[in-house]
Amino acid sequence: MAKHETPMLDQLESGPWPSFVSDLKQQAAKRAKNVEGIEFQVPQDAVDDLLGVLELSYKHGRTHWKHGGIVGVFGYGGGVIGRYCDQPKLFPGVAHFHTMRINQPAGKFYKTEYLREICKLWDFRGSGITNMHGSTGDIIFLGTTTPQLEEIFFELTHNMDQDLGGSGSNLRTPADCVGQARCEYACYDTQDICYDLTQEYQDELHRPAFPYKFKFKFDGCPNCCVASIARSDLSFIGTWKDDIKIDQSAVQAYIGGELPPNAGAHSGRDWGKFDIQKEVIDLCPTECMAMDGKTLKIDNRECTRCMHCINVMPRALRIGDERGVSILAGAKAPILDGAQMGTLIIPFIEAEAPYTKIKEEVIEPLWDWWMEEGKNRERMGELMKRQGLQRVIEVLGVEPDPRMVQEPRSNPYIFWKEDEVEGGWERDVNEFRKHHLR
Amino acid sequence: MAFISSGYNPAKPMENRITDIGPRKYDQFYPPVIAKNKGKWLYHEYLQPGVLVHVAESGDEVYTVRCGGARLMSTSHILEICDIADKYCGGHLRFTTRNNIEFMVDDKSKVQPLLDDLAGRKFDGGSFKFPVGGTGAGVSNIVHTQGWIHCHTPATDASGPVKSVMDEVFADFQSHRMPAHVRVSLACCLNMCGAVHCSDIAILGYHRKPPMLDHEYLDKMCEIPLAIAACPTAAIKPAKVEVNGAKLNSVAVNNERCMFCGNCYTMCPSMPLADTEGDGIVIMAGGKVSNRISAPKFSKVVVAFIPNEAPRWPKTAATIKNMIETYASDARKYERLGDWAERIGWERFFEKCKLDFTHHLIDDFRDPAYYTWRQTSQFKF
Repeated sequence: MAKHETPMLDQLESGPWPSFVSDLKQQAAKRAKNVEGIEFQVPQDAVDDLLGVLELSYKHGRTHWKHGGIVGVFGYGGGVIGRYCDQPKLFPGVAHFHTMRINQPAGKFYKTEYLREICKLWDFRGSGITNMHGSTGDIIFLGTTTPQLEEIFFELTHNMDQDLGGSGSNLRTPADCVGQARCEYACYDTQDICYDLTQEYQDELHRPAFPYKFKFKFDGCPNCCVASIARSDLSFIGTWKDDIKIDQSAVQAYIGGELPPNAGAHSGRDWGKFDIQKEVIDLCPTECMAMDGKTLKIDNRECTRCMHCINVMPRALRIGDERGVSILAGAKAPILDGAQMGTLIIPFIEAEAPYTKIKEEVIEPLWDWWMEEGKNRERMGELMKRQGLQRVIEVLGVEPDPRMVQEPRSNPYIFWKEDEVEGGWERDVNEFRKHHLR
Repeated sequence: MAFISSGYNPAKPMENRITDIGPRKYDQFYPPVIAKNKGKWLYHEYLQPGVLVHVAESGDEVYTVRCGGARLMSTSHILEICDIADKYCGGHLRFTTRNNIEFMVDDKSKVQPLLDDLAGRKFDGGSFKFPVGGTGAGVSNIVHTQGWIHCHTPATDASGPVKSVMDEVFADFQSHRMPAHVRVSLACCLNMCGAVHCSDIAILGYHRKPPMLDHEYLDKMCEIPLAIAACPTAAIKPAKVEVNGAKLNSVAVNNERCMFCGNCYTMCPSMPLADTEGDGIVIMAGGKVSNRISAPKFSKVVVAFIPNEAPRWPKTAATIKNMIETYASDARKYERLGDWAERIGWERFFEKCKLDFTHHLIDDFRDPAYYTWRQTSQFKF
């Protein structure tokens, strides 16, 4: 028997898509029964009360979670987000219902034995409700009490070799795509660099020293499956410099209809016979492809590596071998000054372990600059806008490159620096007046 | 409920403390076929919606069955996922960026039994636990934020609208009939933890009433200068107020300048915005993050406001369904929703999608607004 009536939420149990309400209910029932005899460290009816408070929000059209609350584990300034219910008398099981962020493994591959351990801990010391995963990438534990935070952290670190993720004005938990683990498009090992930088910058991840949040994300290719270009302060996108590798017989197999275009991604509709001219060559944004008789030609120097032709004919076309990453900086969601897309600051850099150049010549100079000059709650992209791309180039000590802009400026209001102008700015007005009377 | 210690000693927090160890290393969790063939994959193919095969140089194959998941997930559900992975996948699985669950097997003969098993698993309420799909030119799982289940600033729920919309477009989660893939995202306020601003279709919670001022508590709860500095439009200023005869330090808000971002509330809990009638949903469309063919682009606001219609958000779901159907019937193969809208022109987009164009959709926020106005005589009647 459910603790609270939930007539509105009950309506979200029907329909084919997995119902979170049904899932919450099965969890509430499991805790009520407690077949395993768990000594629950947070209220046994926490999930019942979670359903109850959510039903109340559905009725009111407003959240019933209170603002913030500073809780955490000793020595860390992130990884835990305090959360309190604003109707604790009605829903005592969720009166204190803090979030913990658990740093996910790169690529989000798991062994069940690990997940079972995590679940066991969370059933014992928390609500048993999670997000798999949060937007940034962490495993999210939803709902525990303050006294349990250190206990959970102790068990994670001592028994599971597992640390918390980031929150607040920290480095946020880095995240990546499936990468070379299972994708032929990946131009570098996204999991390795994600793990390496996460380890290298543990201090930045756990202890807030930045003006605001900072995110790394790693996309193996320009398809951008983790959306790094839109939502990370530093976006790493795999790319290559040399030629796309062509298997001409496979090209013919696509033309002949033996292979499905786009690996079968369009199988749900009859789009007619595959037409390489219309579907690949004419859609190439740089018009760098052509059929020469039965041979597909690519003018690789003109290619901008948009991935379309490779996506359409993955068995005929493969990424090049001289691989690395493009780095784009400053992406963020709209708060506060409007959304920003990542801006290309490093067109190409190799991404091989131990990534020394990326750390020492890109990440750390940018952080030094941002920590020095960024205002409270100013994302790096906003600082870039405020001080200009020139300043970023200066900070990185790289040469300006037309690849960094869509087009040159259309106003001539150049802020010349004194040392760029012959003779400097100090002049003698009296000398001037000898030739130009007042 | 007796307190059980983990071994942690609160009197000596640093004793035996382990910190800064980071996550588990990725390669501890690779299935053998992945560990063996990493970096040596040749090609992939979608065998059917939700089922992929990747073939390696070695000739090895890995078959992936992708299932939709509600990202809000109980340990009961995760343990069931583990049971499935133990039975069919040697105890391995992965999750995708879009909250899907991927079961991987190394032989084609293992795919069908897995699919049959997954299809039979349903929640007591009747919904599928593990619907297979989310690949190729279809509608993938919605990435989303917390909403009313756990957040203090949302203007809508997250899990409820997501469930409602996914029920509506469920057939297209399980098919490949779209012109290109359709990525739907939801963020429950414009802080956008979900970074929905580059999605084919974005569902965004939005407040429409300026903050209330809890004068009696404001100065005790908040750092007033931080609340003032937090406002992107400089709508907040310090103020002295009188409450029950007591003179108090507080703030005043110029309501006309408020853009309802809630940033002040993030800094100061005595400035709540949430409101039953004021809050609701903005629909944005036409964004993308892929560099394929065209550059990544932001989603544009196409519906300024839909009220929160709990529990099933019918108008939101219907609006999205209609937009997707219109796109599906009109766009060219490989054309993303935003590329389609740009090709036919936004005036046609509104006409074809039968959406009202109201003044709310014209940008008036700072310099970039100007660049969105039409500065050519080329337009369509």
